[in-house]
Amino acid sequence: MSSRTYMMQGNIAVAEGAIDAGCRFFAGYPITPSSEIAEQLSKRLPEIGGRFIQMEDEIAAMGAIIGASLGGVKALTATSGPGFSLKQENIGYASIAEIPVVIVNVMRGGPSTGLPTLPAQGDVMQARWGTHGDHPIITLTPASVRESYDMTIQAFNMSEKYRVPVIILLDEIIGHVHEKVTFPEVDQLEIINRKKPDTTPEEYLPYINDESLIPPMANFGDGYRYHVTGLVHDETGFPTNDTDQIEAMLTRLNSKLDKYLDEIIQYEENIVPEAKIGIVTYGSSARSSRHALRLADEQNIPVNMFRIQTMWPFPTDAINEFSKNVSHLIVPELNLGQIAHEVEHAVRREVEVLRVNKITGEPINPEEILTKIKECL
Amino acid sequence: MSFRYEIRLSGAGGQGLILIGKILAEAAAIYDEKNATQSQSYGPEARGGASRSEVIISDGDIDYPKATNIDLLLAMTQEAVDKYAAEVKDGGVIITDSGYVREVPKGKYKAYSFPITEIAEEKIGKKIVANIIALGAIERLSQVVSPEAIINAIRARVPKGTEETNISAFKYGQDLVKNEETVTPSA
Repeated sequence: MSSRTYMMQGNIAVAEGAIDAGCRFFAGYPITPSSEIAEQLSKRLPEIGGRFIQMEDEIAAMGAIIGASLGGVKALTATSGPGFSLKQENIGYASIAEIPVVIVNVMRGGPSTGLPTLPAQGDVMQARWGTHGDHPIITLTPASVRESYDMTIQAFNMSEKYRVPVIILLDEIIGHVHEKVTFPEVDQLEIINRKKPDTTPEEYLPYINDESLIPPMANFGDGYRYHVTGLVHDETGFPTNDTDQIEAMLTRLNSKLDKYLDEIIQYEENIVPEAKIGIVTYGSSARSSRHALRLADEQNIPVNMFRIQTMWPFPTDAINEFSKNVSHLIVPELNLGQIAHEVEHAVRREVEVLRVNKITGEPINPEEILTKIKECL
Repeated sequence: MSFRYEIRLSGAGGQGLILIGKILAEAAAIYDEKNATQSQSYGPEARGGASRSEVIISDGDIDYPKATNIDLLLAMTQEAVDKYAAEVKDGGVIITDSGYVREVPKGKYKAYSFPITEIAEEKIGKKIVANIIALGAIERLSQVVSPEAIINAIRARVPKGTEETNISAFKYGQDLVKNEETVTPSA
């Protein structure tokens, strides 16, 4: 057995993935069911020259990781439900100021304090639109302990490459389930670091609108003095009210990910040629769905499956393509149909979209999905 | 179809059910080199309130990490056995602590009642090891994880300095099954 084989929960895999991605700063405030991420990093970061700080609340923690990132350090925060609501204001700030940060939200039942210890997937739309105004965001949804590790590394890579906040949405089941995992050797990992300016400090334009749409980022303290603000700014970073400048800046901000969608959007498909039913799902509901597929297979009912790995930007075109061979799509999720709406939009209502929803703090039982599959026959 | 064995450990918060779930899963996955998952469900209280932990053991991939068709149920409270007995499969096993559970609902399973907590107090002098005694009984009645693997996992998971006490508790649990006191399986 590899020396990197462990029996580990998703939350700890996030912490280890962060370390292997080069994260050396964590700020947070403990909250169930995410606390193990903070607990693990409070032990691990000081051992390797990193910094861990427990802040007075989630708003301050989000501010702290923005500051750390501006200083040139890869930074993480982790929270759940109510804490994720508190982080929204500063997520908007990181988005407009284009500061690479990674935010983990281990979803529990809501709204408000809701069901503190029980799983849910009710924050998928909040991850996209929780902060106000049009803004770019990337969101990843792991479905296993190993994927929690892998996606944490990807989240750091994407945040560094595209200068965008990246949200990892676990749910209580993925965060707390212990599974056997084997991690790759650290020297086998692809690690991406932010692009640095190749100009002198005097020539540096911190928000330059060049072809890449991603401006190079100087660390605070490296001699490149520049202004960072939540106000709409021009290429120098100073606020502007000039319509042309506003348009140029907001157009670049909101289209910068479009240029790289092929490398950002990831999904997993299981296709059986004769299937007329497809499942579209994510996170722990994908685990229920996979089991349901086995049950269906035992009864000779072929079913296709599309597992969303990159939730935002949404894999609209891929789901449209996936829907072309089937007559029904089933969307199991631990909310009242937030992603089913997106799927309906993706298939332009040409395929019937059925829902399997649960908000009682219990996972979806595979039998419930099987029942829905049989309704489609 | 690969082999899949489902264990639910149920009772009250503070009885150590999540810990023995982790020990069992680690024993199966790391020391016996099978696949295993351990998951849990508990309330917001630190102690008291319903608590359960589930372990799935398989020689193949484990997609759904929750129990749907239970092979073995440990119930450390009356409430737990009343709630979960119906989810035990025909021919499955229910283990209860006779100190807390007076009656097991009728069903097509084999029900075993052992004085788990009483033995923890009498033989070890510590009520806190009742969970590890239960683990000994689970090992004998499930036979899906080797006792050597469980002992290795106990050593790795219990607080330093308590290893020998816990291993001795595990053996008392195994002995309970050898001197079997069976509540007759109801037909």
